[in-house]
Amino acid sequence: MKSSVIIFPGSNCDRDMDVALKKFGFKNQMVWHNDQSIPKSDLIVLPGGFSYGDYLRCGSIASKSKIIKSVIDFANSGGLVLGICNGFQILTETGLLPGILQQNKYLNFICKNVFVKVKDKQNKYFKNIKKEILELHIAHNEGNYFCSEDEIKSLEDNNQIAVTYCNENGNDDDENNPNGAIKNIAGILNDKKNVLGMMPHPERMIDKYLSGEDGSLFFENLIGNLK
Amino acid sequence: MKIKVVVTLKNGVLDPQGKAIQQTLNGMSFSNVDDVRQGKFFEINVNENDEAKAKSQVEEMCKKLLANLVIEDYKIL
Repeated sequence: MKSSVIIFPGSNCDRDMDVALKKFGFKNQMVWHNDQSIPKSDLIVLPGGFSYGDYLRCGSIASKSKIIKSVIDFANSGGLVLGICNGFQILTETGLLPGILQQNKYLNFICKNVFVKVKDKQNKYFKNIKKEILELHIAHNEGNYFCSEDEIKSLEDNNQIAVTYCNENGNDDDENNPNGAIKNIAGILNDKKNVLGMMPHPERMIDKYLSGEDGSLFFENLIGNLK
Repeated sequence: MKIKVVVTLKNGVLDPQGKAIQQTLNGMSFSNVDDVRQGKFFEINVNENDEAKAKSQVEEMCKKLLANLVIEDYKIL
């Protein structure tokens, strides 16, 4: 399985993602934002970081970069595109995913482990995953997911909410909402479910001695679903 | 020609920075301030002599980049 990680100026989770993808069997290649095309891939990843210094709005400048047209074409033809953190912000700015990530409700940068509940398994990312509740890491200032009432209804009706913030027992209520996101949304899918954007970083949870292993479950499961 | 644009959050969209500024103003004895909305201001120099043309180009810029219409409104001054 081949994957491509796009690097923007200011990306900083690109190499962590590269390590994670390779650890679980992807043949990964790094692609520079100024390139015109993406090598043949089964998965494209937009990594976390602060692309273009978060100027204007997080992800807005990256969403107009040279490489993005190829990413959008790839997604529109059914290819898997995964955006983590800043990658999620970029996906909303391109219009591949609805809504936007606003500044956290209490204006603080949040950097901690959280639990997320898997809400939909009818997709390549979470199908067959062994746990319902995953412990992952978040680190963001703009993770407060917002969209219109019509959009939230359509996300719910089509089961496009992928993961929600919760506690270790799976309660995804206000008390377990770190950033004010509507419906505790931590990640969403597009209507065809080939594009996933999420704020938590699975690539940071792939080593039991350093952090945790729920990210390993995510990547193992993903490559398993692609084979 | 210089075109000026203001981008603000739409009514009803939570503006935590505006809220913090309002509370600070209240604490500074500006007690009659009951709402603050923070926005962005752009001055765009367009090489164009026809004002209507320049403004219509800036309008395109607003829609495509300067504002995110999910949460923001723009006003060309």
